[in-house]
Amino acid sequence: MTLKHKAAITGVGELKPARGPEGKTALGVLAEVSRLAMLDAGLTPRDIDGLLVGPPMAETGQMWPSILAEYLQLRPDYANVVDLGGASACGMVWRAAAAIDAGLCRTVLCVSGDVFDVESFYQPRGGRPARLPWREFESPFGPMGVNSGYALIAMRHMYEYGTTARQLAKVAADQRTNANANPDALFGDRPLTVDDVLNSPLVCDPLHLYEIVLPCTGGAAFVVTAPEQARESPQPPVWLLGAGEHASHMLIAQAPSLTTSPIAVSAAKAFEMAGVGPKDVDLVSVYDCYTVTVVVTLEDAGFCPKGRGGPFVEEHDLTYKGDLPLNTHGGQLSFGQPGLAGGASHVTEAVRQLQGRAGDRQVRNCEMAFVNGNGGIMSEEVSLVLGRQS
Amino acid sequence: MTAPREAPAAREEYGKPLPQPTDVSQPFWEGARAGELRIQRCRDCRQHVFYPRSMCPLCLSERLEWVTASGRGKVYSYTVIRRAMHPGFQADLPYVLAIVELEEGPRLTTNIMAAEPEDVSIDMAVEAVFEDVTPEVTLVKFRPSEAK
Repeated sequence: MTLKHKAAITGVGELKPARGPEGKTALGVLAEVSRLAMLDAGLTPRDIDGLLVGPPMAETGQMWPSILAEYLQLRPDYANVVDLGGASACGMVWRAAAAIDAGLCRTVLCVSGDVFDVESFYQPRGGRPARLPWREFESPFGPMGVNSGYALIAMRHMYEYGTTARQLAKVAADQRTNANANPDALFGDRPLTVDDVLNSPLVCDPLHLYEIVLPCTGGAAFVVTAPEQARESPQPPVWLLGAGEHASHMLIAQAPSLTTSPIAVSAAKAFEMAGVGPKDVDLVSVYDCYTVTVVVTLEDAGFCPKGRGGPFVEEHDLTYKGDLPLNTHGGQLSFGQPGLAGGASHVTEAVRQLQGRAGDRQVRNCEMAFVNGNGGIMSEEVSLVLGRQS
Repeated sequence: MTAPREAPAAREEYGKPLPQPTDVSQPFWEGARAGELRIQRCRDCRQHVFYPRSMCPLCLSERLEWVTASGRGKVYSYTVIRRAMHPGFQADLPYVLAIVELEEGPRLTTNIMAAEPEDVSIDMAVEAVFEDVTPEVTLVKFRPSEAK
């Protein structure tokens, strides 16, 4: 089975991330970005017959597709929550394409977003207990959320391959250069050097403060539609060329490997479906909750050999002007992480770049992008190849 | 090997997350209480299993038996936590959170005790210690192995 050219992304809607809730509700954010995506695609709610929603973390809610469909007066024939953590948005792209290819629907609205309130973020979630393995076998030892999981990955990567703190910091610094050309990035107004990263406080060794993503308020939506609809859209369609998914664990102590992620499988599937390889892409738009995530992703997706990710990011210019443009919106490290919409930002940025609508940070001759969504602690991975040509 | 036991805090004074054992995991927690690291082994495929499960995730056999592990292992990876996510850990900062790979194969999340953070390293040999954190609950932590 292939999903190559079976669907295209024709519209995106995204909010400029904000540090606080700014009076918004999760539903309000989802509705706002849905509207923007439909307008961008030249569609109305009547044109939408599929709906995929990433569940907001800030609020408890069930049946989010029904909640959002009611608000927007959508009448979907296909509706689902996609709950793959940070991989949700990439997961939505191929799920939408598969549903379209199966004839279940023609135009799928894919939505995620969240409201971040630092006051409530660290409060225990009330209500029902979570009698899950992490509560029993991890929480008693004081992990620092997922920060410590990625720190464990980074420490092992340094041990096995000699990766340095300076190499990891380069990822954050280059992405900040990109953010400085993106008026929507949360940290777009200030520079960040490698030394700034290394001089920021250690939070959990070896990760410094500026290697760690900041949760915020925001949202993103995009429209995935069938080829015949896509060819009539006002914006250039961005075609799905390849997709792959692979998952392996939830608790980091249960990961088969700390230094080789499921991306080794998901990216290979995506490239195989697209019939291309890492050397063929003009843009890399990959999940970056931490600097080390990018290094492991580049290795596992085949941009460099295993273990060479540190030297690789040092040897390449990852800015929009560079030889390997990566996370040109600033990445989540500089753009912000609005819940599951953080993962969606890698999709929306790839779409904008491939459509030639990325403004000051536009990558020249951007024809093909590799996009990766990462959920949990490199637990659940979805890789995509997107392209401008049908 | 069992650490010298101090009087544990009462549950309400402890102030950190406590495990809520299930019917499946109860033997693990009873073992910890008795100063033993008990893990499961599949009677059919002979693989060791951790965390406790109702079936072998390799061969789906339900014939799991409890065995006492050696308590020896090595640090697979670690981090030094410098900011507490849960307020109960504030007084412990900085502390070492680690993944230990047991001699028997499985890996588990734990703390490395009785060592300064800068003395911990990957592949360092460690051994289990049993910390009675409340009258009901004993956590399995690790410390650098005694030199042989």
